[in-house]
Amino acid sequence: MSLLDYFRNSRKTSANVAKERLQIIVSHERSRRPQNNFNLDELQQKLIAVISDYLHIDKNKFTVELERDADRSILELNVTLPEEVQQVETV
Amino acid sequence: MAKIIVITSGKGGVGKTTTSAAFATGLAMRGYRTVVIDFDVGLRNLDLIMGCERRVVYDFVNVINQEAKLAQALIKDKRLENLYILPASQTRDKDALSIEGVEKVLNELSQEFDFIVCDSPAGIERGAQMAMYFADTAIIVTNPEVSSVRDSDRILGILSSKTKLVEDGRGSPEEFLLLTRYSSRRVATGEMLSVNDVKEILAIRLLGVIPESTAVLNASNKGTPVILYDQSDAGQAYTDAVSRFLGENVPHRFIEEEKRGILKRIFRRSREQETVV
Repeated sequence: MSLLDYFRNSRKTSANVAKERLQIIVSHERSRRPQNNFNLDELQQKLIAVISDYLHIDKNKFTVELERDADRSILELNVTLPEEVQQVETV
Repeated sequence: MAKIIVITSGKGGVGKTTTSAAFATGLAMRGYRTVVIDFDVGLRNLDLIMGCERRVVYDFVNVINQEAKLAQALIKDKRLENLYILPASQTRDKDALSIEGVEKVLNELSQEFDFIVCDSPAGIERGAQMAMYFADTAIIVTNPEVSSVRDSDRILGILSSKTKLVEDGRGSPEEFLLLTRYSSRRVATGEMLSVNDVKEILAIRLLGVIPESTAVLNASNKGTPVILYDQSDAGQAYTDAVSRFLGENVPHRFIEEEKRGILKRIFRRSREQETVV
């Protein structure tokens, strides 16, 4: 039996090859995938809070949108500044 | 409120429809009011696997287009009191399923049923995305084979981005792996990925392992969900998977190669061909 085991272990089985190939391709494809499950509303609130420290903004004219497909995401931030106050407050 | 389960895989031919039929039947056997919906618009087949193809009058798309009431399109299973089938249409219009339309039908079904099982078409196009979009739970049907495992991983990516739960910020669908067409003999000889290999690569919870079985073809020939073949290995494996889905702790069977004596080897052919309903 030990001789048989020796031959078995010395060559890679096709299942081992399959596993290695899959581990490489799956981890590659996963790394290109956006990390999900964050709360967009929370992100928006925090962004408004941070920007409000520096600029007067109308919270209703502030949009955050996330567009996703299988391979990538686009985070779109749209801030409209009021016309009269555009000066930056230094903090 | 019903729990919505999507049976999905990416790759075709891995056993989604077999699993949808078996799983829905298994849930109904356990006393849950269950409806199984065919999302494969254009290539309807769930009706054949469930054995109700001659009773299809109206379909999913007719209901969405308000050409028929839901109650007119639902087919009541002849074997189980709690089981209904909503067949797909054979229209070639790829956009026949709208998000709003699907949502309306699912909401209506939700009032009546405990479980809604969505049989996804292959691929990652519209039909597959519609089947996944409203899911609370996803069962990823995977064969121990490279292209199926890779496609399953793509599906996991879509489940964690393009579903209502995720878009609403309410988490993401629960994911389960169902490994089908498994041959413990070929795993033992090193020519098939093992259940642990696939679990390691996909990193999701294992719901069950369905062995490659002659019972599956026999069942589909007759239009009987394979879970009703309760003496068959595949039927028993599906029964176990349904129990696990319902939270029971059932040990996995059919993973280890059975040690066969010489007599059993000789009679292997006849034993594998035996079918009992």
